[in-house]
Amino acid sequence: MYYNLPFIIAAVIAVIGIGAMLFRRNLIKVIMGLSLVEAAVNLFLVALGYRMDAIAPIFTNAPGTSMVLPTVQAMTLTNIVIGIATTALLLSFTMIIYKKYGSANTDTVRKLRG
Amino acid sequence: MNGDFIIQNAPALLLAVPMLAAFATPLIGRLGSLARNIWVIAAMTLTSAIGLLLAYDVFTAGTVLYTFGALDPASALPLDSGGIPVRIIFTVDAMSAFMVIIAAISGFAVMLYMMASEAKGSGKDGFYALFLLLIVGILGMVCTGDIFNFFVFLEINSLAGAALVAYRVDKGVAVEAGLKYAVISTIGGLFVLFAIALLYGQYGALNMAVIASSMQYTGLDKIALVLFLSALAMKSGAVPMHFWTPDAYSMAPGSITALLVVASQASLYGVFRVVFTLYNVALDYAAVGWIIIILGVLSMFVGVTMALVQKDVKRLMAYHAVSQTGYMLLGVGVGLAVLGQQTAFDTFGFVAMEGGIFHILNHAMYKGLLFLTAGAIFYRTGTRSLNKLGGLGHSMKWTMIFFIIGALAIAGIPPFNGFASKLLIYESVFLFNPVLSIIAMVVSILTLASFVKVFHAIFMGPKQPQYSDVQEAPLPMLVGMAILAVITIAFGIAPGLVVDSIVAPAATALADQGGYIASVLGGL
Repeated sequence: MYYNLPFIIAAVIAVIGIGAMLFRRNLIKVIMGLSLVEAAVNLFLVALGYRMDAIAPIFTNAPGTSMVLPTVQAMTLTNIVIGIATTALLLSFTMIIYKKYGSANTDTVRKLRG
Repeated sequence: MNGDFIIQNAPALLLAVPMLAAFATPLIGRLGSLARNIWVIAAMTLTSAIGLLLAYDVFTAGTVLYTFGALDPASALPLDSGGIPVRIIFTVDAMSAFMVIIAAISGFAVMLYMMASEAKGSGKDGFYALFLLLIVGILGMVCTGDIFNFFVFLEINSLAGAALVAYRVDKGVAVEAGLKYAVISTIGGLFVLFAIALLYGQYGALNMAVIASSMQYTGLDKIALVLFLSALAMKSGAVPMHFWTPDAYSMAPGSITALLVVASQASLYGVFRVVFTLYNVALDYAAVGWIIIILGVLSMFVGVTMALVQKDVKRLMAYHAVSQTGYMLLGVGVGLAVLGQQTAFDTFGFVAMEGGIFHILNHAMYKGLLFLTAGAIFYRTGTRSLNKLGGLGHSMKWTMIFFIIGALAIAGIPPFNGFASKLLIYESVFLFNPVLSIIAMVVSILTLASFVKVFHAIFMGPKQPQYSDVQEAPLPMLVGMAILAVITIAFGIAPGLVVDSIVAPAATALADQGGYIASVLGGL
């Protein structure tokens, strides 16, 4: 149970994020929901590589051989960088929409339909 | 730099050239617009040439491997890796090479077209840079043999695509479409990453061949499969996750829409790669095959019925793109549904897969052509509304001819390429389930009806006074369209040649999981 806690928390954060994306009307909050899902995936990745009583995977002068997995950490770093780019792009879109439409509410941002 | 060096490092150069060119474009742009145009033309031409060279190499000499950072890139398991493929490996098999051909041809035609269609726009440095990045995303997705790498290229594809959709702000409407596309793509990307994490947690590997060889199809694998399928089907614009497609396709600049079609197909490639290479017969192939078939039939039918009522020409074509994606899903889905039954697979399953895969190529050509003609009409008249357009056949004769070629091809009229692939799908699917085949034919007829309406609305009728000074599209745009039109006709006249030389190897590579694993891990 204790070992599974990070996974459960990741699932909870993901559900909160998806809920925010579905039920919030403000575009900024939708993007915040997206960031939450991303944080959940990052947490899941890092938790996957965790080992009890392990050290950072640096082999020089390592006191033991029990190390946490470095691959998932590299994947998380990559995803954080991608996430920053995505969030920046989405927020800049929201800025333009707010300037042109005068609102960032999903009820008014509906000119495309049919 | 000699020929051997290029062939040996083709998979790396295929991505390095457009990526370096993309980031250098804003710098070169400071030297003047002529220098930048030459730079972009040279970069894209070189990329297409390398892509075609690589594809030729794959189709003549078999799967090409490229291990990044190894002394000998051709061997997947160098001695210093300890017998485990720890490095990122590009596994370019026949299916990947097939997609590379599509991207190379479409990219080249779109680049020529873009030089004229965007000539009056502002901010071209960024536009061309994003165009090249979109090419990088597509090529990377189809070439890589590493699922995390696949995710990274999927994100490059999504971000570049969304930024291009929103590039011409158009009172904010294009940005709205771009925002939708970006949100959908990002959530899809996160689903894919989550699925990758599930697979990595179980098998401790990111290489597709390693995962495929140890696939157990546990409960977690099923969750991963659902996440992969839903995210990638969403990105490829299949019903019921198609709602972003008409917005993004209609608001993007004409040149970019033609390339977005290829970008969506790269996601479709992802669906097929996951189902066939990662899981193959390990999964419940009949059930998953039927899910894909149902998605395909729904896409075909909903796409075409929504298209019939549209008034905006590009929106209408976008719904047809959804509909045509259904054909590919149907063909390949039938192949998957009988994957484990050898006799059924040999009699019609393989032909259905060939039809579906051939349709990907044909669709990229004729749909790209149609979007380019729509872009040319918008370029000259400034409107996309079918109610306002009319009588353009008098002044835009070449565009009209290209439109006719594309429209007949999409409706499946011989001797155009759409007929060739649709016939393969009809014949084989009829043996599997006659009802599905009949639905496919009805959808084809509705497609024809829809395009007859569009043709009549845009080109027929007397010359209208408000379009009296409309001229033919500029030469580079016509050349870009002509490339796609010639291929549309050529593939329709000689379909057997194309099927035998590139489509059948691609279908074989997809169905043969063992071959894929053996090419990386070496005869296990």
